Order: sequence, then C-alpha cells, then structure tokens
Amino acid sequence: MAKPAVLTHPESLKRPAGPSDYAKDPVNASMSKAEKIALYTKMARIRHFEQRCIRIYQQGKIGGFLHLYVGQEAVAAGTISLLGKHDHIITGYRDHGHGLMVGMGMNECMAELTGRVTGCSQGKGGSMHYFAPDKNYWGGHGIVGGQAPLGTGLAYAVKYMGLKGSCLAYMGDGAVNQGAVHEAYNLAALWDLPMIFVIENNGYSMGTSQERSTAHPGCLAKRAEGYDMAWDVINGHDVYEVRAKTALALKRAHEESKPTVLEIFTYRYFGHSMADPDKTYRDKEEIKEYREKKDPVLAFEQELLREKVLTPELSQEINDAAMAEADKAAVFADESPDPTVADITKHIYWEEDNRGPDTTSRGTIIFE
Amino acid sequence: MAVISYREALRAAMREELKRDDKVVIMGEEVAQFNGAYKVTEGLLKEFGPKRVVDTPISEAGFIGLGIGASMLGIRPVMELMFWSFSYVAFDQIVNNAGNIRYMSGGLINCPIVIRGPANGGTNVGATHSHTPEAILASHPGIKVVCPATPYDAKGLLKAAIRDNDPVYVMENTILYNDKGEVPDEDYIVPLGVADVKREGIDLTIVAHGRAVITSLKAAEILEQEHGVSVEVVDLRSIRPLDEETILASVRKTHRALLVEENKPFCGVDAQVAYLIQSKAFDELDAPIHRVSSIDAPQIYCKRMEDQQLPDVNRVVREALKVLA
Ligand SMILES: Cc1ncc(C[n+]2csc(CCOP(=O)(O)OP(=O)(O)O)c2C)c(N)n1
Ligand SMILES: [Mg+2]
Repeated sequence: MAKPAVLTHPESLKRPAGPSDYAKDPVNASMSKAEKIALYTKMARIRHFEQRCIRIYQQGKIGGFLHLYVGQEAVAAGTISLLGKHDHIITGYRDHGHGLMVGMGMNECMAELTGRVTGCSQGKGGSMHYFAPDKNYWGGHGIVGGQAPLGTGLAYAVKYMGLKGSCLAYMGDGAVNQGAVHEAYNLAALWDLPMIFVIENNGYSMGTSQERSTAHPGCLAKRAEGYDMAWDVINGHDVYEVRAKTALALKRAHEESKPTVLEIFTYRYFGHSMADPDKTYRDKEEIKEYREKKDPVLAFEQELLREKVLTPELSQEINDAAMAEADKAAVFADESPDPTVADITKHIYWEEDNRGPDTTSRGTIIFE
Repeated sequence: MAVISYREALRAAMREELKRDDKVVIMGEEVAQFNGAYKVTEGLLKEFGPKRVVDTPISEAGFIGLGIGASMLGIRPVMELMFWSFSYVAFDQIVNNAGNIRYMSGGLINCPIVIRGPANGGTNVGATHSHTPEAILASHPGIKVVCPATPYDAKGLLKAAIRDNDPVYVMENTILYNDKGEVPDEDYIVPLGVADVKREGIDLTIVAHGRAVITSLKAAEILEQEHGVSVEVVDLRSIRPLDEETILASVRKTHRALLVEENKPFCGVDAQVAYLIQSKAFDELDAPIHRVSSIDAPQIYCKRMEDQQLPDVNRVVREALKVLA
C-alpha cells in the first residue's frame, strides 16, 4: 500500500505533553477558574467511571461488548465543553465519555451497562447504545459509520428550523472507510449544513492499524478537500487545543452554516473492547509511552497546577469524589431491578405505547 | 473421526478448499493478521499467505461488492462478516447484485460467492448486533442460505457452499463456536437442500434450524424423560434450497408439528414451513401446527431478558405439550 509522503499531523503532537500552546487562545483564556475546575472534574469522572466499569465487567455483571474511552477523554471533554443549547452530538459505540460530558448521571450510565431498568435506555440499549436526547445526545450507535448520516440529519434539522446550532458526529479512524460517511460528507458540504465530523483517530480499528486500513493524502481529515470542506488536525491529548480548534469549526457552523472535518489524534489504553486481549497488534511500549508522556487527564491537571487553578489537594479531592461517585453508581446498578418480560415488547412503536382514539392504524402489529 | 469444535470445523472447511482450489480467497475484517474476530480463520494467513487471506477495511458495501464482482470473473471469494448484522450496510450488493446478476444476464454470469459469519442473538450485545437475516435473504430467489447447527454440518455445508456456483450465505452462531462434535477426516460435503433428522421419534415432529436445533434436542430429551413423548427433530440445515420431502415425511409419521426458530415470528422461516405442511400434508395433521420463535421485538440488551426473548428449552417443552394435548 502506498504510504503518504508527508504526514499532516499537528506540531504539538510530536512532543510529550507540556505547557499547552493554546492556553492563551481566547476560548481558554476566557474560562473562569471554576469553569476550568469543572472541565478537569468531568475528565476525571470519565476516567474513574471507565475504570470502575472494568471491575464490574470482570465480575461478570456487564456482558456483551464494553468499549472503554480511557485515554481519549480530552476529545469529548474539549469539544462538548463548547456546546450550547442548539448544538447536538452523536457518536459510535465508544460512547460513555460523551454521555458523562453532556451531563448524564453515572447511575443511569452504570445501570444501563448491567442491563437494569433504571439505565438510561431502560436496559434495552447497553454499552453501545446510550441516549440522552434531552441533553442533545442522540446516541450511542453500534454500526460503524451509521451515525454520520444521522448527525448530518440533525444538522439539517437545526438549519431547517432556523436555529443557530450545529451537530458534531464522532467516529473512529476505521469508520471513515464506510460509504455512509462519504455520502454524509457530500450532503453536508453540498447543502451547507452546520456539521462537524469529528474523527477520533486512536490509531487502530480493532486490531488493524490505520496504515493497514486507510488510503489517505497525509491525514484522514484532508479527505474533506475532495468535498470542498474545511478541515483541521488536532492534538487530542491537549484539551485546550481541542477546544481552540473546535471553536473555529463551531463558529463556521454557527455563522456560515458550513461543515468541517476535524481529525483529533488520540489513543486508547485498553483493547478495542474488553473482549480484545490486546496482545498482538501493538507494543506494550507504545501504550506505556502514551500513558506516561501524553495522558490527557494528567496533562490538563499539570496545566491547571501551573496556572495555580488547581492545588494538589483539590485535585486529590476531585479524584476521590469521582471514584466515590463511580462506586455509588456500581451499588445503584447492583440494587436496581431488571426490566420485565412485558417490557420486551414496549417501546417498539410510538403508536402501541400510546393507543387511544387518536391513533390511526389498525391490525396486529406485534406478533406471537 | 476427530472430535473438533464448530469453529475448527469451519476453519478446516476453508483450509481444505483453499488447498483444493487456488481461486478460493478468504476476505473480511480482521480475518488475517488478527486471526479473525472470533478466531474462525486462525492460522490461515500463516499457512496461505496474504494473497489468499486478506484483511479489509470496515467497508462492507465495498468489499462484499468487490467479492461479488471478482466472483463474476471466476474467483471464489469466501467473505467473512464479523456479524451478519453488518450485512445491512451492504444489502444492495448482497441482494440486488449477487441475487439478480445471473437472472438479469439471462444466465450469462454466475456469482459463486460465499458470505459467512455469525447471525444470532443471545450474546448480550443489543439490537444492532443480534440480527438473524436468514428469512429475509432466503426470500430472494437467486440466493441460497444455510444455517449449520453442528460441527459436522458446519464443515460439510461450508465446503458445499464454496463449490457451489451460486451465492451462498452461511449463517453461523457465536454460541455454537465452541460446541464439539465428530467430523470425518476425509473429504465430504453436506449438499445444500438436504435436511437431517437429528433425532428420531413417533409422537411429534420438531422442525428447527441453527441453534434452535440444539435447544429442540434438549427439549426432546426432557419430553421423553419427563412426559414419555417420543419426539423427532428435523434440522433444516439449509433454508433455501429447502428439503420439503424430509419435513413432510416426518409429519406423515408423527402427525403433529412444532416449529422452532430464533427469528422473530413475522414472515420467519417457519411461516414458510407451516404453509408447506398444511398445503402438502393437511390430512396427515392431528393437531394445529404450533411454533416457538423469539419474542417479537428488537433484541433487548439486558441478558436476563434476552434469554427469555429467545426460544428456550422450557418454552419448547411447554409448546410441544400443547401440540400433543
Ligand atoms: C458496519 C460495521 N462493521 C463492523 C463492525 C465491527 N466493529 C466495531 S468497532 C470496529 C472498529 C472501529 O474502529 P474505529 O472506527 O477506529 O473506532 P474505535 O473503535 O477505534 O473507536 C469494528 C470493525 C461494526 N460494528 N459495524
Ligand atoms: Mg480507532
């Protein structure tokens, strides 16, 4: 396979985490101390929630697939921290971090993983299918790439209703090879939709490295040029950089109703899912390198310590509280009831759940 | 005869066919370097090299379509879908192209492609990953569909599928991958369209396919032990072509039929089988035909409820007793 001659990666990605080049960017400089602490707290909460999930999975209480977000926190945190009332998001199956960022509670998130009726989807969706439409979060989608057209539709609806908003559709570096993604790119560009495609490039799609899966002109985002779309590359280990560059794309969406492709370089510390032994396709050394030199949560903590926004004591407090919250969520999930057999056939059709004189169809709709 | 797993049986089929015919190519996501998401293709890259065993990007419409195109020129691709649920992004290729090309070309073009992978629920992965599309696909003339339930059938059917000159879609089951059974060492095939009586009996016929066969066999055992009923279990093995005669012969013997499948009930495979029995053996029946299928809803995530949603041994026993009442 032809290797691209020049890789278009952000400069800051090439060195270990240090003082952020983007601390002085207006979107970051204008943050209050409290806002910065809140952002750090959210990142820490994602980290601890996910690590608690590992234990629960190992106890056999979470089945199926569990895709962890550990290592990628700054992507969801940076992008979602910028969003307003008419900005929407949608993602794939690696969806817990986004959920916590939009304000879902750990309880409902944890209970969904163990299939309880108190879960965000009442135990019907599972890890890959979180939803919180009241928080502009449209899922949680299990089929690779399927969320890209849906997100484009959300952006279309925002524009149609004359609202100043946008949609961010997140996907992985492997998902960019789905036809549906390219069709969505074209529609977003052709119809000037307020759309941001966020590629969370963690280097691998399951056991396949990006070089083995994807032909590209230096980076994945650059494919946007074929659709006359703006694009950028971002160091996803630096939450300030994520915010600074995403803010420009949001401005483009809000003020010009134009789409953008953002490729955010990031890394996952665990296997593709808990079912992946993660032994064959990458070096332990590589994981170690990222964990030790580029960790997004640690990097932001260091940044805030330098800024004297955080103190070591406060940071400890925040982390302890996040862990305690995750522990409580685990208990909540344990003590919650399952859905019932009767619940299996609920929520299939709006009409079935809302039978009344106004509903229009007749006939059998659920079969024995 | 060796005792091997369902997974190993599938692998052996591919190995032998890769050796027999240099036009056979294995293709799919993670099939080569990762040795398969479910390790069905383990070792094949090492043995046959990257020309014969090929990793693809996550582009089902693209690579399945490519396989169909290559088959038109005489390659015999065996494409793995990590789940049959992912076939839905390639539906046009699988149905419209593979299923129609021979017909629309007036018989000028053949499409000897095999697409294989798991199609089952019961693994706690939610609605998007738990589809069983055998009935949907088999409802398209031009397409063949098989659903092996045992290692012996898995190997024999896959080998037959690879040698077949039409598109054959093989629906496997992740829950069966570790099941063991006797498989001959010598070359054999299980012809498409031949059902198998997995258990003989005289009081009731159960018709099933895929994992429902295993469930039905367990239920048959209980019916015999606890209720003194002799149950015959007919494993369809192949959905299209369908072995009508084996089904009818069994019903003529027992005069009662229970149909069990993992599909949702509406237009499931058993709707076709029930029609067949009443149209060709109506006078033989001593009781109405009953069936057990999955509870009619998208697959629920909660494992405890998903186990209830699928046909289980208790439900099969209960329904069998109703047919016998
Ligand atoms: C259409 C489809 N094909 C295959 C899969 C199985 N699958 C799930 S995730 C995945 C890898 C995706 O990698 P990437 O897009 O890089 O996202 P990441 O997991 O790294 O976040 C695959 C192959 C799927 N869910 N849907
Ligand atoms: Mg990836």
